[in-house]
Amino acid sequence: MDLTYTGAELVYREELRAWLARTLPALPPAPDPADWPARRAYDTGWQRRLHEAGYADVHWNADPTRRLIFLEETELAGAPYVGANFVGLLHAGPTIAAEGTAGQRERWLPPVLRGDEVWCQGFSEPGAGSDLASLRTRAVRDGDSYVVTGSKIWTSHAEVADWCELLVRTDPDAPRHRGISWLAMPMDLPGVTVRPLRTLAGTTEFAEVFLDEVRVPVANRVGAENDGWRVTMVTLSFERGTAFAGEVVACRRTLRELARMARGTGAWDDPVLRRRMGRLAAEFGVLWRLVQWNVSAGAPGVGGSVLKLRYSQARQELYDTAAEVLGPSGALDADRPWTSDRLSSLSYTIAAGTSQIQRNIVAERILGLPKGA
Amino acid sequence: MDFRLTEDQRALADGTRGLMARLYPAERLREDAAGAAAGTPVTLDRGMWRALGEAGFFALRLPEERGGLGLGLPEAVLVFEEAGRALLPGPLVTTHLAAGWVPGAAEGGTVVTAVDGELTEWLEASDRVLGSYDKAEPVRSVDPLTPLHRVVGGEPAGGVVGGGVTAGGVLEGGVTAGGVTAGELLTCAQQTGSAARTLELAVRHATTREQFGRPIGSFQAVKHLCADMLVRAEMARTAVRAAAVSGDLGETAAARLLADEAAVRNARDCLQVFGGMGFTWEAEVHLHIKRSWILRSRGRSVAECEERLAESLLDETLCGI
Ligand SMILES: Cc1cc2nc3c(=O)[nH]c(=O)nc-3n(C[C@H](O)[C@H](O)[C@H](O)COP(=O)(O)OP(=O)(O)OC[C@H]3O[C@@H](n4cnc5c(N)ncnc54)[C@H](O)[C@@H]3O)c2cc1C
Repeated sequence: MDLTYTGAELVYREELRAWLARTLPALPPAPDPADWPARRAYDTGWQRRLHEAGYADVHWNADPTRRLIFLEETELAGAPYVGANFVGLLHAGPTIAAEGTAGQRERWLPPVLRGDEVWCQGFSEPGAGSDLASLRTRAVRDGDSYVVTGSKIWTSHAEVADWCELLVRTDPDAPRHRGISWLAMPMDLPGVTVRPLRTLAGTTEFAEVFLDEVRVPVANRVGAENDGWRVTMVTLSFERGTAFAGEVVACRRTLRELARMARGTGAWDDPVLRRRMGRLAAEFGVLWRLVQWNVSAGAPGVGGSVLKLRYSQARQELYDTAAEVLGPSGALDADRPWTSDRLSSLSYTIAAGTSQIQRNIVAERILGLPKGA
Repeated sequence: MDFRLTEDQRALADGTRGLMARLYPAERLREDAAGAAAGTPVTLDRGMWRALGEAGFFALRLPEERGGLGLGLPEAVLVFEEAGRALLPGPLVTTHLAAGWVPGAAEGGTVVTAVDGELTEWLEASDRVLGSYDKAEPVRSVDPLTPLHRVVGGEPAGGVVGGGVTAGGVLEGGVTAGGVTAGELLTCAQQTGSAARTLELAVRHATTREQFGRPIGSFQAVKHLCADMLVRAEMARTAVRAAAVSGDLGETAAARLLADEAAVRNARDCLQVFGGMGFTWEAEVHLHIKRSWILRSRGRSVAECEERLAESLLDETLCGI
């Protein structure tokens, strides 16, 4: 059990810190969250800078400790988050890297690293959420193409994506998990219609994607036909262990800001509030250690689910506490940043596998309890 | 950075689990509990205490030239996790802290307890009591295997708190370089071990007990109780080990909160999974509940830990992690 960093890791940290100090002041102002084209330009612009400085592939190739240092330092410096690059860098990209052919890797990976192309994730459907394997979007082989018909939902930043990692059913007669394939679909093909959905936070973070006889080249399939479920699992397990590393750091900073604000307003005199914040400090401190544990342990295992379950809950408690510090006049003002964070925190126990599904996974796969009915 | 256990640390943890299985197996725990119910006075098994001493349980952190194993707090928490798992009885933490300072403690020849608050554990069975008091009266302890005395006019030995030692305390064995309350962390480690054990018991029961024609563990309500137990146990273990390695006082307070929570709530959920059986004297569950209450009552209160952590949020010298 060693929590110290090596000399080389400390040098890496110092260099990164220096680069951030030089680079961040030159960034344009953050865009309006309602303006997706501007958000895309901002997020990909940041990715381009990372690429030029040699940090673009930190999520893929760096050793896990460096990746952790990267996540920590960028967050502490207030650097932009992956944003619209999320699916390309953290889902589709790693899948292609692991399962794609040499040609596919060459075609799709460099543009993601350079910030030239944006991906979205078309997995969920109106009828297939937690039960993803029940998805029904059909792909019928016709010569060199699949003809794809169906609809996807909750597709984050679909509006500005160039590519979609799409799960389709290629064999409707096979057992559920065996008839699925993974396709890279260009979003500008005829037959693709994107209808943005307004979230409870007021912005259009995700969309419905309707697919009407869209012709996707067979060459865009990653992995074998009907092997898409396994290919997908590679993606889903990729980063759970460190998924929230940067956010945990951000939450700890928010907690400190809240404490200072509470002292200023006098709310700090309330021992109930103080103690609640003390407990949150414990919670986020340990979540950070858990991230370090996951990084050390390598393969995403027990720690990934523990982190997802506990972090999503802690984040919601943090912003509920922020509302208390702000008082009604702040907490009910939708223009306060903590108010929008409070609203968006509500998705954390749903997105990327609900807390109930996480508990099922923990109980069945980690604890070995029998499957339910 | 590599948070994983080293090979030696893993061997130490495995070895200690083996030692516990020999010295204090679950059958022995249940026999002792049955004996207590039948009115047999609870005594400390001196043979077992000496065997612990021989295995280095108390001298673990003493330098080798003074007859110890020369290990540190990170290793000690691994050992105390196993002790907590087995519900090993006796004033383990205080004797461990007294090793090298109170003659015989390191070897397991002397049993050492400490005055801490109103109640003192294992007063009659101990050869040495750290701190002083005017008068002591036995209390019928809620934990049948932890005798308690209510002391009047109790005075902890300079700095002895929570079965441990505060910064600047007098027990040289108890204070690490950073002034961490070693004893507090060892108590946390025991709690963590108990939380892992009640999880294991619950999962085993949920897998074998059938109702409605199927194992109860296939019911989601039971599954989710068990999943939450795992989350608590993992969080607590991470907290305790990190605090032992970093020696940070804030992290120790965090470990305290999470380890107590894990032990107390996991034992409760375990009882729920056991149903009526969980409410009996025979089942091991109640012993974990009761011991977790005892250990939680040592030293700092929950409120003190939370206040300590809240205060650290305003500390401008702490930035980043
Ligand atoms: C902000 C946000 C962004 C998202 N982005 C994307 C994206 O980019 N691409 C994409 O493909 N998807 C995305 N999703 C979808 C997300 O993965 C699904 O919402 C999630 O998997 C849950 O599916 P569902 O919404 O259909 O809910 P349901 O599956 O209908 O669940 C409803 C409720 O039933 C419970 N439930 C369901 N099954 C079980 C069970 N077996 N046991 C116990 N309880 C159960 C759930 O826990 C939940 O409480 C996003 C979602 C959100 C909120």
